[in-house]
Amino acid sequence: MLSRVAESVYWMNRYMERAENYSRFLDVNFQLSLDLNEDSNRQWMPLVYTTGDNELFSRKYNSPSKENVIHFMSLDTENPNSIMNCLIRARENARTIRENISTPMWEVINEFYLTIKSKRKFEESDMPGIAEFFKAIRNQCLLFYGCQEATISHDEVWHFALLGRLLERADKTTRILDMKYFILLPAREEVGSTLDLIQWLSLLKSASAHEMFNRFYTRITPKNIAEFLILDKIFPRAIRSCLSKAFDSLKILSGTEKDSYGDETEKRVGVLLSEMNYASIDEIFSSGMHEYLDQLQVRLNGIAAQLDETYFRN
Amino acid sequence: MLLTNYQTDSFYDEMFSEEGGIRQSYHILKSRIEGMDDKELLKRKASAEKALLSLGITFNVYGDEEEEERIMPFDIIPRIVTSFEWKKMEEGLKQRIRALNLFIQDIYGDENIIKDGVIPAEIVYSSSGYLKECKGIKPPKGIWIHITGTDLVRDGDGQMLVLEDNLRCPSGVSYVLENREVMKKTFPELFASLSVRPIYDYPIRLRGMLEHLSDKPNPNIGVLTPGIYNSAYYEHSFLASRMGVPLVEGTDLTVRDDKLYMRTTKGLKQVDVLYRRIDDTFMDPKAFRKDSLLGVPGIFEVFKKGNVALANAPGTGVADDKVIYSYVPDFIKYYLGEEPIIPNVPTYLCSREKDLKYVCENIGNLVVKAANGAGGYGMIIGPVASEKEKEEFVEKVKADPRNYIAQPVLSLSRIPTLIEDKLEGRHVDLRPFILYGEEIYVMPGGLTRVALRRGSLVVNSSQGGGSKDTWVMG
Repeated sequence: MLSRVAESVYWMNRYMERAENYSRFLDVNFQLSLDLNEDSNRQWMPLVYTTGDNELFSRKYNSPSKENVIHFMSLDTENPNSIMNCLIRARENARTIRENISTPMWEVINEFYLTIKSKRKFEESDMPGIAEFFKAIRNQCLLFYGCQEATISHDEVWHFALLGRLLERADKTTRILDMKYFILLPAREEVGSTLDLIQWLSLLKSASAHEMFNRFYTRITPKNIAEFLILDKIFPRAIRSCLSKAFDSLKILSGTEKDSYGDETEKRVGVLLSEMNYASIDEIFSSGMHEYLDQLQVRLNGIAAQLDETYFRN
Repeated sequence: MLLTNYQTDSFYDEMFSEEGGIRQSYHILKSRIEGMDDKELLKRKASAEKALLSLGITFNVYGDEEEEERIMPFDIIPRIVTSFEWKKMEEGLKQRIRALNLFIQDIYGDENIIKDGVIPAEIVYSSSGYLKECKGIKPPKGIWIHITGTDLVRDGDGQMLVLEDNLRCPSGVSYVLENREVMKKTFPELFASLSVRPIYDYPIRLRGMLEHLSDKPNPNIGVLTPGIYNSAYYEHSFLASRMGVPLVEGTDLTVRDDKLYMRTTKGLKQVDVLYRRIDDTFMDPKAFRKDSLLGVPGIFEVFKKGNVALANAPGTGVADDKVIYSYVPDFIKYYLGEEPIIPNVPTYLCSREKDLKYVCENIGNLVVKAANGAGGYGMIIGPVASEKEKEEFVEKVKADPRNYIAQPVLSLSRIPTLIEDKLEGRHVDLRPFILYGEEIYVMPGGLTRVALRRGSLVVNSSQGGGSKDTWVMG
């Protein structure tokens, strides 16, 4: 396949995954704000930190109010990572590779874009319908994945699509976990309190992981949650699971045998995956979770850069 | 219901005869429309338009940021062409394509037509589409114009005339195919009772034609697009997809050792045939326009060496020139020894002193066009222009007479078109698409473009025109 097509299908998926994650983060945070009756501004800024776009936000807005953060992360076209921009770019990528994807896939992404394009700004009066709005976005994204899964051949195009989605997802899971680190800062004495519990729960919800977590763990503790979201082998948003599937796709793309590697990307993913296969959550906690997540993000970025080098820059 | 108050206003109407009676070929259509509640018709129109938008069958409008993509307005009342009428058009078009191809081959070859005094050398050489770099080239199988979209119009007497030939990158065929799909969903009951000639095989024929240009058993084919900001981008991706070949941009291609390759995730892959949708001079910054970022440096050299077939071949733009167009009837006589089956619109050449004088004095009754204008740009329609516009245009023509032609204002035929909630007559033209491969194939029908504004004669999509499905019967 054309290198450009591989790159576009990869980014189309990264952007869709990003839009989906943002809508989930925003929704969960919004629900959380209803449970906490304290100074709500305090709770919205961490969200902006997790996206890494805090500098741009501070330049543009004078307070991290609910409306401002929601607007910045969803509709603000000056924020390169806003849901709106993700969607514009996902669609633009889709347009450049239309002959490689199915009509249903294109229709989903195009209709999604046409619907959200009509919305320009968030007002206080939009808040009653906000949960519906985010849900609609998530559903459109899921519809897109479903369509992709069911209507195109699982050939190279598909594997590049999967790589985009998995790498973006792994990255966002590290960021969700890290968010707790930001929220936690002032609250040492509150560990174990209702507030603490609510916050951890909201974190699970941000990863749509609440029900699955409950099936495997009996107690909601930081360690359990971290273990589930980082090291679980089969939960689709757990980082290890994402990497494991990405590794399978890379193996198919390079055509190399088990226990050997064909290119640098495959090697990097393989090394990281086997480290995770032998890691324990106790070790991660004792070496510092924030540091561990930071490291993980750096390595995921490295993998993405290597993938770009290997396949897209021919 | 809607047709009861329909007025032909003394224009030639495609559906109604002068006496107000319905033409034979439209009988069934008329009775179906009349049997339908007005609201039903409007509902079907709305759902057809929604389908087009959802599918993203859009074109881009240059310089319009807010609404960068639009659907071409689609009218659900089809135009019907009888098989008898069609036969003549088809033969006329084949004849024309043969003559045009021989002309292009000749001017880049021995130039017999110039030597024999049929066309002056300076007319050919001064054409902006004439590429001296093509001199001496013989493209694969001697075919230059693989894909042509020729615009036909019907004048006030009902006579079909050729308005212009589009030989560089004629567009619109995707609308023809998609409109038909939408029509089949909108009026399934009509298709069941009429025998409309199918057109869905066009992409297959296009592919077959491209394959014919290579001697390899399974040639590697691509469609070259300038990219998503091009007004016809949708069409490029549509055709690539329907042919099952990659859609490539300039940066996806590279020239190595006089061969053309595409960049893939598994390295370079040689390209044998390229259906290019980039204009001649933008195709290769090394050979032509140095500032072009769209093309592929070195591709022309590869073509000259015979290592890639390009459709249409470079240099064909010479016959898009409206001055050259006026000579096509002469080409038909010269090369084929035949009388033109479909005549041209009478044309004045401003480079001829006598014609120039006439044009300047009668600009109020003429359409004056730039020889290489397209999309409704660079033209003036005398009867609707202001005095100031006419004066300014006369100055432009006098400053560069070679670049202008004039034609009488044709009273183009009209056809009932759904405007808001009623049927009104609107002017139309017709662009059939012609493929030249092992033989010449004319797609039955083509793109009927409609000037949606009341009284307007301009059918171009960039000027607010719409389209209709065209049904060739039997």
